[in-house]
Amino acid sequence: MSEDRIVPSKDFTNAPLCLSGRHVTKVFGFGDKKTIAVNDVSFDFHEGEFVSIVGESGSGKTTLSKILLGLLNHTEGEILFQGQPRDISTGKKRNAYWKGIQAIFQDPFSSYNSFHKIDSVLLDCINMRGGKNLPMEKKVEMMTEACSFVNLKFAELTNKYPFELSGGQMQRLMIARIFLLKPKILLADEPTSMVDACSRATILDMLLQLRDEIGMTIIFITHDIGLAYYISDTVYIMEHGKFVEYGKADEVILNPKAAYTKRLISDVPKIHEEWDLSTVELATE
Amino acid sequence: MKHTLRNIFHSSKFVVGFAIFMFLLVMIIVYPLINPGSPLEQIGVGTFARPGTYVSLYDAVKTTPETLRIQDADEKRMANALTTEDKVAMLEWFSAVGVDVSGLEMDDSEGFLELWFANYDESAKPKGFTMAKRNYYKRLNRTVLDLQTGEALVVADPDNETGELVKIGEIKKTDYVNVGQVTNVKTLPLGTDNFGRDVLKELVGATKTSLGVGLVAGIVATALGLTMGLLSGYIGGIVDDLIMFVTNLFTVIPGFILLILISYSISPDLRGPTTVAAVIGFTSWPWTARSVRSQVISLRNRDHVNLSKLSGHSLLRIVVTDILPYIASYVVMAFILQVSSGILSEAQLSLLGLGPKTTVTPTLGLMMNWAMSYSAHINGTWWAYLPVILTITLISFSLNLMNTGLDQVFNPTLRD
Ligand SMILES: Nc1ncnc2c1ncn2[C@@H]1O[C@H](COP(=O)(O)OP(=O)(O)OP(=O)(O)O)[C@@H](O)[C@H]1O
Ligand SMILES: [Mg+2]
Repeated sequence: MSEDRIVPSKDFTNAPLCLSGRHVTKVFGFGDKKTIAVNDVSFDFHEGEFVSIVGESGSGKTTLSKILLGLLNHTEGEILFQGQPRDISTGKKRNAYWKGIQAIFQDPFSSYNSFHKIDSVLLDCINMRGGKNLPMEKKVEMMTEACSFVNLKFAELTNKYPFELSGGQMQRLMIARIFLLKPKILLADEPTSMVDACSRATILDMLLQLRDEIGMTIIFITHDIGLAYYISDTVYIMEHGKFVEYGKADEVILNPKAAYTKRLISDVPKIHEEWDLSTVELATE
Repeated sequence: MKHTLRNIFHSSKFVVGFAIFMFLLVMIIVYPLINPGSPLEQIGVGTFARPGTYVSLYDAVKTTPETLRIQDADEKRMANALTTEDKVAMLEWFSAVGVDVSGLEMDDSEGFLELWFANYDESAKPKGFTMAKRNYYKRLNRTVLDLQTGEALVVADPDNETGELVKIGEIKKTDYVNVGQVTNVKTLPLGTDNFGRDVLKELVGATKTSLGVGLVAGIVATALGLTMGLLSGYIGGIVDDLIMFVTNLFTVIPGFILLILISYSISPDLRGPTTVAAVIGFTSWPWTARSVRSQVISLRNRDHVNLSKLSGHSLLRIVVTDILPYIASYVVMAFILQVSSGILSEAQLSLLGLGPKTTVTPTLGLMMNWAMSYSAHINGTWWAYLPVILTITLISFSLNLMNTGLDQVFNPTLRD
């Protein structure tokens, strides 16, 4: 597995802080229906760090990302932004916060307003970056550039509605959006779930490129521990709303301590073994 | 958008409902042009004139007649003059004096007359026939004799100076006038009501007012319900609690009772159609609010709304561009239902005498109320209420049909 890795993971422990959490807890519902989606987690994400949060379905990854984005209120704990308590109490402060933190949501199909042409998504980004009064040609140029960054042709997509796009195209367009916005922090929730393995590598490279170019902090959410190992500096392993283990990607994955991490890692080759077994059976029949 | 419209007009249910509704709309626009004037104009002095064509008797007499010898004219005249009641009385007489009536059919008026002339004797005193009863038969005989004799009616005019009647003409049994040549002919397709008003004209006016009442009620209810639902669903928190408390109150107290109470407390002078419509709208918004709220709650956590927030859009913009379009079809359907139920509510209120007080325009409910207070349903004057019921049914049928059609287009799972 270690041969897969292209860059050795860097140590960010001394880099400047950008987003931290202290005893963050999120409880949904109450009584019998109570779900503790995020259970007392603490973390420090640094500037320019590529963090992966790995966990099974339902472990609370999306919930945590919505809390970090300020789209969901946490029940307990504290979020620190650049070392200071985060204040998003007013609309103005929230908008300022969202200039610095952006997201790619898990489900591309529900990420678009189906009544608007997809151009409006990109135009919103240009407007948000103060390009409201730019001439249309300039805007088109910027949108074309953003699309070609994710291997899409703007000319083919312009004036289309979201339902005319494939899931993979939608996801890539979401990355084009990030390219235009260039936020300090990106929360990417399974941004490659809808694309084939080849495009996946390209998309991950794009994310790394963005990180290197503008020092973006990327919080990458995935259930695929192999992918996390391949790409990240730091890995957080999440089980039932808790971080059971975290640390430099190499250390966590090559030398896992928590039972859950070991299971996640052992699950990866197991799939291949089963696959092999079944093909053998098919062949002998 | 164009696509959706086409789909809507491919739904047979919607098209049928739409056609009926359009027919009603065209009626209320076109009919007053053909038959102008106030729908509450009293044209009849009596009450409940039957539907039909009325020919001015005066003008008919003055119209130059043609002589037509029509074979069964006499027969018909007799049949018409001799009521079933008369025939039954005659049968009684025949049996009292011992006449064989076997082979006599009830509708054979001539046969009856023949037997009558052969067997009636004014001086006869059949057993058990009182004086009064014998007098009744004398009168009957005279009527029957009148039918037989008299070839013509005399038309006389009082002399201007002496006041004596001077014969100016005769109307023979074979005289006919062409209806087209009679100066004054009035067709009342639905007769007149208890106040002698043309029911059709009244009905058209009432439909117009009632549709207006439904429209205003629908707009008030939908606007209020939509706003409350959006606020409650999107903002949540204490706003939600407050609005939900109010709508829960409305669920506990039935809307119609509340409507009755409010209408009752408004003085009749202030209770015009618009006020009543507003009151109806004001008591029926909660269910729109509730359903809008539940739709908004399921929408507000969708990622496209989150993305809109992250793009720095204002609350108003998010509500208008990211929430409203998703519930627009639903709101249209709720609106149609509100219009339909608004019309029904007005009818119910008016039936109870709590509807609009108006001397200018009738409403469907008021027409029902009048028909009921003047016992139209007991007198058998069906034209005073049946067309009203039919119109109310048609309106709500067409609106509900359109709604079902829309529902099938917007929620394709319902399509059969
Ligand atoms: N709005 C909500 N109301 C109630 N419970 C919720 C809500 N959102 C999430 N949950 C619950 O919180 C838990 C964590 O959900 P979450 O979506 O964060 O998981 P996840 O790690 O993102 O899973 P996946 O990999 O499938 O996306 C789940 O048990 C889920 O049922
Ligand atoms: Mg998730």
